[in-house]
Amino acid sequence: MVRVLERLGHTVEFPPGQTCCGQMHYNTGYQAEAMPLLERFVAQFKDAEAVVVPSSSCVAMMRDHYPKMAREIGDSKLNEAVDALLPKVFEFSEFLTKRLGVEDVGASYPHRVTYHASCHGLRNLGLGDGPVRLLRAVKGIDLVELPSVEVCCGFGGTFAVKNADVSSAMLADKTAAILSTGAEACTACDNSCLMHIEGALHRQKTGVKTVHLAEILAGEEVAR
Amino acid sequence: MSGTALDPKTAPLFPIAAKIAMGDAQMRKNVRHATDVIQTKRARVVAEMPDWQQLREAGRQIRQHTMENLDFYLEEFERNCTRAGGVVHWARDAEEARRIVVELAKASGSDEVIKIKSMTTEEIQLNQALEAAGVHAVETDLAELIIQLGEDRPSHIVVPALHKNRQEIREIFQRKMNLPELGDRPDDLADAARMYLREKFLRVKTGVSGANFLIAETGGVCIVESEGNGRMCLTLPETLITLAGIDKVVPRYQDLEVLLQLLPRSATGERMNPYNSIWTGVDVKDGPRTFHVVLMDNARTEILADEESRQTLNCIRCAACQNACPVYRQTGGHAYGSVYAGPIGAILTPQLQEMHYAQSLPYASSLCGACYEVCPVKINIPEVLIHLRNKVVKQNTAGVAGLFDVEATAMKAMAMIFRSEKRFRAAQRLGRIAESPLTGKDGWIGWLPGMLGGWTQARDLKEMPKETFRDWWEKRGKNGN
Repeated sequence: MVRVLERLGHTVEFPPGQTCCGQMHYNTGYQAEAMPLLERFVAQFKDAEAVVVPSSSCVAMMRDHYPKMAREIGDSKLNEAVDALLPKVFEFSEFLTKRLGVEDVGASYPHRVTYHASCHGLRNLGLGDGPVRLLRAVKGIDLVELPSVEVCCGFGGTFAVKNADVSSAMLADKTAAILSTGAEACTACDNSCLMHIEGALHRQKTGVKTVHLAEILAGEEVAR
Repeated sequence: MSGTALDPKTAPLFPIAAKIAMGDAQMRKNVRHATDVIQTKRARVVAEMPDWQQLREAGRQIRQHTMENLDFYLEEFERNCTRAGGVVHWARDAEEARRIVVELAKASGSDEVIKIKSMTTEEIQLNQALEAAGVHAVETDLAELIIQLGEDRPSHIVVPALHKNRQEIREIFQRKMNLPELGDRPDDLADAARMYLREKFLRVKTGVSGANFLIAETGGVCIVESEGNGRMCLTLPETLITLAGIDKVVPRYQDLEVLLQLLPRSATGERMNPYNSIWTGVDVKDGPRTFHVVLMDNARTEILADEESRQTLNCIRCAACQNACPVYRQTGGHAYGSVYAGPIGAILTPQLQEMHYAQSLPYASSLCGACYEVCPVKINIPEVLIHLRNKVVKQNTAGVAGLFDVEATAMKAMAMIFRSEKRFRAAQRLGRIAESPLTGKDGWIGWLPGMLGGWTQARDLKEMPKETFRDWWEKRGKNGN
């Protein structure tokens, strides 16, 4: 992501104090534990011109829940800070297609690839075909459509552990769909889905890899 | 487990019930096929509506407005229904509702009642209560009849026998209707059910129904269905008893213009239901001579009191969320241990139990949002799921026992790590040390202990990178590129 943004002429900073957006805590029911992480996020990023996040579900967490969380904390300054910061927060592909209006980032990736639309990117952020348009512009790529592209891979954070059997069954459907495309790699805008899918593709010894959209747009060979 | 009612009070935890359910390959195949068919039909009839999103918003507004003024509209319904010759009863909970319906059924002088599908009567296990009082209930909706004769339980709000295929249904009919030669063509099955039910329709003097909508403005009651068996139940008996949750009321007759577009398209993928029955009180010239409506609370006012989950009551029971849910599609309905399965069941059931039971249901979701996307009245189910999870966590961590809750302890520890850059860096280093004995030569982890073992039952986990992004970033800064 850093390479792509720099290639496009932007200056990238990485506030070292950043940790986690709090999604896992919040979505599992530990709202109280997520609150300080909201405050931390605001403190770390409030001065940025734009905050670019390589994970659609983290952005969904911020957009969907931060305003309400800030209201619950009841600090008017924090409220204002969240309201001021959120319009500057973008998921990576969204930043390219919607904020910068770019589709061709000058990448080359000569591989057969299929794209999985992560749920939060698809439904909460409304990324639509933005990521696919970015992929289509990549030189040498053989982009193949994933059947049932909009169906969840079964990760769901702690769901994968709490409901491991159901999650595994959902994942089996997803990997079967990926294998049916004959792709060498599956890509997405969310590392958590990719970690989940990658775990099963490796367990099943399929030889199919997962790569984050940013890795493809950075134009590097699958480095693993 | 067949035959026993779906009772959240005694149901196993969802992950356990789901594992058992998923062992039934035929059921999974049936559920997948049926939900695929309904979803395809729904997508087609929704796509032909240019104003679908506006309709959804109108539906949401009608439902929200109703819930915000529920007391007013319920009383308006009571007045108008009474004026038209109906008798309105109020039931605080399931027990009171059962008692009222049983007394009314017995007072009608019949030892048998015909029923048109009503999930609300399933919710309170009415059939068992009637049976105990010597009144036999005959289900007349085809799917409900299949469930009843098969001594099975409903697995879907709209298509309760969705988990059965034609061959299985034929087998039930052959056995219970004594028709050894019966074929399995849809016509054969429908003919058998028709013959069986016509006799009941013409003989039984008392009907019991649910309701899709109660119209406050007119005191009318609305039921939509596909078979006409409901129409028989509503018109042929001398006495009709309708059981409805208090959430079923709508303000005006005109509101049906919106809701009767949303409901059939979302539920069965039809532009309108084949049978739309609306009746208001009694008419001396036609239909039942006596008409009772039992308005049941059964924890609905508790849900109403919770601002964050109030929208649960907006549900019009179309089951689009069930058909779209990747969890339901794997497990079928029985795993939810409730007549309300799928995403709406995962939020409705624990709340109907006032959070005393079914606490595993809010976790029966990957929060993928497919339910919210198809909901015709825009219930943000993922948001309510998260809210209910918070309630469950508060219960689990309250008091002394909470101090020993493994998950809560882990969550608190992680939150502490995330609150400090130093601790976060240290945790990344420690993570590499901790995982090293579990990591194979190829850099992958194939087994994890304790709670995390759920992950490695079907997936491997790649070891943490030797160089984190942070390391890379800092090294890069030093090298000045």
